[in-house]
Amino acid sequence: MSSIAPPSESETTVAVRVGSGARFEFNLRASGIYLAFGAIVVLFDILTHGLLLTPENVSNLIVQNSYILVLAIGMILVIIAGHIDLSAGSVVAVTGAISAVLMVNHHMAWPLALLITLIAGAAIGAWQGYWVAYFGLPAFIVTLAGMLVFRALTMTVLGNQGIGPFPDQVRTLSTGFLGSTFGNVGLGPLGGADLFTLIVGVLAVAAGVAAQWRTRAAKIRYGQHAESVPLFAGKMALMAFVVLGVIVQLARYKNLPWVLVLLTVLVLGYSLVASRTVFGRHIYAIGGNPQAAVLSGVKVKKVTFWIFVNMGVLAAIAGVVFAGRLNQAGPTAGTNFELDAIAAAFIGGAAVTGGVGKVVGAITGGLIMGVINNGMSLLGAPSERVLLVKGLILLAAVAFDVWAKRRAGTAR
Amino acid sequence: MDVILKMAGITKTFPGVKALQDVNLEVRRGEIHAICGENGAGKSTLMKVLSGVYPHGSYEGEITFDGEVCEFGNIRDSEARGIVIIHQELALSPHLSIAENIFLGNERVRRGLIDWHRTNAEAAELLARVGLKENPTARVSDLGVGKQQLVEIAKALSKKVRLLILDEPTAALNDDDSEHLLDLLRGLQGEGVTSVIISHKLNEIEAVADSVTILRDGRTIETLDFQTQTVTQDRIITGMVGRDLEHRYPEHTPTIGEEVLRIEDWTVFSPTQRGRKVVDGASLTLRRGEIVGLAGLMGAGRTELAMSVFGRSYGVDITGRIVKDGKEIRLRSVDEAIKHGIGYATEDRKRYGLNLIDDIKRNISAAALGNLADRLGLVDPGKEYQVADKYRAEMNIKAPAVTAVTGKLSGGNQQKVVLSKWMFADPDVLILDEPTRGIDVGAKFEIYTIINRLADSGKAVLVISSELPELLGICDRVYAMSAGRITGVLDRDRATPEAMMTLMTTASLLDTDVTAEEVLHTPEPALEVPMQEKEQS
Repeated sequence: MSSIAPPSESETTVAVRVGSGARFEFNLRASGIYLAFGAIVVLFDILTHGLLLTPENVSNLIVQNSYILVLAIGMILVIIAGHIDLSAGSVVAVTGAISAVLMVNHHMAWPLALLITLIAGAAIGAWQGYWVAYFGLPAFIVTLAGMLVFRALTMTVLGNQGIGPFPDQVRTLSTGFLGSTFGNVGLGPLGGADLFTLIVGVLAVAAGVAAQWRTRAAKIRYGQHAESVPLFAGKMALMAFVVLGVIVQLARYKNLPWVLVLLTVLVLGYSLVASRTVFGRHIYAIGGNPQAAVLSGVKVKKVTFWIFVNMGVLAAIAGVVFAGRLNQAGPTAGTNFELDAIAAAFIGGAAVTGGVGKVVGAITGGLIMGVINNGMSLLGAPSERVLLVKGLILLAAVAFDVWAKRRAGTAR
Repeated sequence: MDVILKMAGITKTFPGVKALQDVNLEVRRGEIHAICGENGAGKSTLMKVLSGVYPHGSYEGEITFDGEVCEFGNIRDSEARGIVIIHQELALSPHLSIAENIFLGNERVRRGLIDWHRTNAEAAELLARVGLKENPTARVSDLGVGKQQLVEIAKALSKKVRLLILDEPTAALNDDDSEHLLDLLRGLQGEGVTSVIISHKLNEIEAVADSVTILRDGRTIETLDFQTQTVTQDRIITGMVGRDLEHRYPEHTPTIGEEVLRIEDWTVFSPTQRGRKVVDGASLTLRRGEIVGLAGLMGAGRTELAMSVFGRSYGVDITGRIVKDGKEIRLRSVDEAIKHGIGYATEDRKRYGLNLIDDIKRNISAAALGNLADRLGLVDPGKEYQVADKYRAEMNIKAPAVTAVTGKLSGGNQQKVVLSKWMFADPDVLILDEPTRGIDVGAKFEIYTIINRLADSGKAVLVISSELPELLGICDRVYAMSAGRITGVLDRDRATPEAMMTLMTTASLLDTDVTAEEVLHTPEPALEVPMQEKEQS
């Protein structure tokens, strides 16, 4: 380098110190949500004298919250891009209504009806995406309008009454379980459990550990900082304990719920999209600095448009799952779902200004709310108290995030 | 000697870092006192200590103002004594009027309600004092940066200012506006206002200051008095960098190849002002291995020309031809421009160049993510890290790791990240818009070296700069632009400052409809939210 510009002493120390400080903060911010989730689960399990983690209740927790979690996946991408979707609940309602009319009133074969419903969801997303991306309206306004418009459409489609019941296959997707392939095995004091489910669980853990190990090996190969072997082993053991714990409880109850399979596929798929695909990385770039994204060759309008299309499709999936669970599409279905999904995303670590967030975080945020809902109803708490707690948790989560960020910013 | 301000033994420590170490500053009553130093030398920190941003107790040392020891707890305390600081990022509220901004936090009130007649009348008086011919009810966002700067000064005057501190006041101003501002400072000096001016522009310090204090690495190096000794720019630079600066620009012998890009008869209209030509029939050529400069006063249309070529990222009704490697190409989007091997590093890296909340590696890969895809089309994070780390070492980006967030880097290091991004995208033609703006002397030299290396690797580099000496120092050829037209091109050996300045002012003399002070963008970059990075300096 140039002879006249040796690194200035003070500048280097600043950078090093800030860097290590920032890494610590980042870890705290990134893992705080999982610690909080663990604490909340333990707390409610103690308060309910173990009722929270009974086989039946674990299964219920997943089935009850599945549609919010599906919405949260779409919502986190919208929020990372710096937008918001207030219409998700109404879209859930209108897509549920469309599927009901097709399957129940018109007796259409369920796969075709499902496909048409998903296309309708995509079309709704395209409509909103057009106004946001190409016309340049704020997403808040577009989706607020959508919230009203699609609620109105729901009522029109349904003729202001509930339509049901749904075909068995659709109900199975929402509330059913995988069949028992290999029969039961005894787990000693835990009683009988489905063997297939257990095998799936063990394979999932093995695959998870292998994937993490490969990532770690790649980091070392590229000369990156990697966690020590004991820390890595500890993390993996914890992961295995949690996954197998859930799996064993499910196996002891009935089997894997179909929605869990659906959710797992969606979570894995969208995590990959968000972190590893060019499209996903462009979402973060847009949320972080839209102008810089434009000048880096990111097709901001196109990406934004597709984010909303994607949100519409996921809302349609949630719509069918929810309608199938109630076995009826009703005019008030999905009310306030968007708020739960938005809260899940922010509790899960998304930044209000965009550019930050993870699919897994949003799922964890959704589960935190689900556990609070479920745990408090097990305790017999009135619904107003549940709302109160959920509201305060949301406030606390975002306040923590902002506080941590500010501390990272000023500690220099 | 009548000393109005004495700061003695100031030491300010941030966790782990001594930002200021036993700094002494003496300012005489009625003088214009300059403070110089590289970025990170502690200039802004010193002024924050003085103005109470860092309250008494958070630093060691003593401040004596007008004979009294002062212990400011916040900015209001210091303003009550008549010490007013004008920050580099102007702190005006863009949607409020000039008068509202002047009296913001200091409203003219009668019986609990704002007295608008008094507000506007007093604002008009203050505007007359600073020589700004604008209606006090005009919106601040409708003003150019130069005029906004004057509003800031009017605001300071409204607070009965006795010591005016200006942090890089002319960084975003063109020469005319800078000249006006410096004249105003001299005028205020006549009215008894003492000024402290922090500036990188040494020629301005030479022109306006009575004395200059030089800081380096958080310490006072020396105070030079223009009245008792001969102070040259080189003398100041020597103090700033702690060594003789024989060559501000690295030696470079170009190897110039065949033509790579030709722009012909390029015309661009303003997207905001209907029918106004911002670029008017411009033509230029770039050759491989060549560093070409584009000089012009503010509003000449340099950035507009570059951005409109770069995938129409600026302007409407664009006409003209782009010929790349002998073939005419059409660039309808930035994406297409990058695919055709054209890169553009913006003049405003914080607003347009970087994702400040993301880390170094992701910023470097942003313009060419496709290059990192594995066989499944997925981005390979390991490769990304490796590539970024290579640039970190090569470009001497001072950061603990490429996972550091770019928002926390100094200006020079941020610029190196931007340059790395474009080197990774590997264009044939790279347009660098104000590549050294807001960067200290040492880092500038590094940037020049990088530019030379880019040219040596066979790329054509077009450098846009407002600093004429810089263009003359590093370019093989310099185009002059004025009022949207290319008014001439001079080879390195024929390009004297005088010849360039003549070309840069030619067309505006012929065509008085378009004034040089017309503003490039709205809203102005200077209204940007202050970033964390400033804390460091």
